[in-house]
Amino acid sequence: MATIIVEVMLKPEILDPQGQAVASALPRLGFTFAKSVRQGKRFEIIVDGEPTAAQLAEVENAAEKLLSNPVIETYVVRVEK
Amino acid sequence: MRIGVVTFPGSLDDSSALRAIRLAGGTPVPLFHASDDLKEVEAVVLPGGFSYGDYLRCGAISRFAPIMASIIVAAEHGFPVLGICNGFQILCESHLLPGALTRNQDLHFVCTDQALIVENTDTPWTNGYAKGDRIIVPIKNGEGSFQAGADTLKQLEDDGRIVLRYVDKNPNGSQHDIAGISNARGNVVGVMPHPEQAIELLTGPSEDGLTFFTSVLHTMVGR
Repeated sequence: MATIIVEVMLKPEILDPQGQAVASALPRLGFTFAKSVRQGKRFEIIVDGEPTAAQLAEVENAAEKLLSNPVIETYVVRVEK
Repeated sequence: MRIGVVTFPGSLDDSSALRAIRLAGGTPVPLFHASDDLKEVEAVVLPGGFSYGDYLRCGAISRFAPIMASIIVAAEHGFPVLGICNGFQILCESHLLPGALTRNQDLHFVCTDQALIVENTDTPWTNGYAKGDRIIVPIKNGEGSFQAGADTLKQLEDDGRIVLRYVDKNPNGSQHDIAGISNARGNVVGVMPHPEQAIELLTGPSEDGLTFFTSVLHTMVGR
């Protein structure tokens, strides 16, 4: 069994108010390390056995069509063992 | 004239939209997301709400409903479609309209009576207005901030496809104060404000929204 990870982030030029809210909450708790924060989504897709090239291509297709909105977001697909 | 209103799981303003069509003088026809049957309607409204709980992204899952396959094909042939609030989000996710609606700039859910300017009156949904009309219509959303690339924004401006623009204040950080846009042909219109909630003084801040529904009736009669 393997896990295919799809990470979706807002494009850098798109305003991320959620990330900004997190960034402004951190120093209130004494965490002063963050210059800025951006928040995204992570999908964990479990498949039987080692993912094939065809399966990964399908996941790419799903990431493009459903998991992300290419107008405002980018995605990365990778396999976690 | 028959105008359809689609009910998705989580639609909230479908009954208000049906009522607005009736008060405008049309025949409201309820349509259901799980069927691809448009029931011989001559125009369709995608109402507000939180279809599929807004899971994943607003409108992202509704886009793949069977009724949307029929609507997308019809819209590409000039069939009038109006998306209100969540309906606008669904139209963007369906790529019938460009851009996307994202989280409001200050993260607040905004519920208020909003002043707007009607800019594009060359659509079946707005031809009863005069260019530059100032109207008051409620807005109620958490993800109404219109975002698009610079080239898309320029094209919308150059082609006069901005249907409604916020005035006095921009409630959510929308680029260019955009509250509503149309497709290139003009038959598909998406607006974040709720014209169906401004159709009579008993229940709304104005009657300014009713013109959306009378406009489409006049358009179809004139054909």
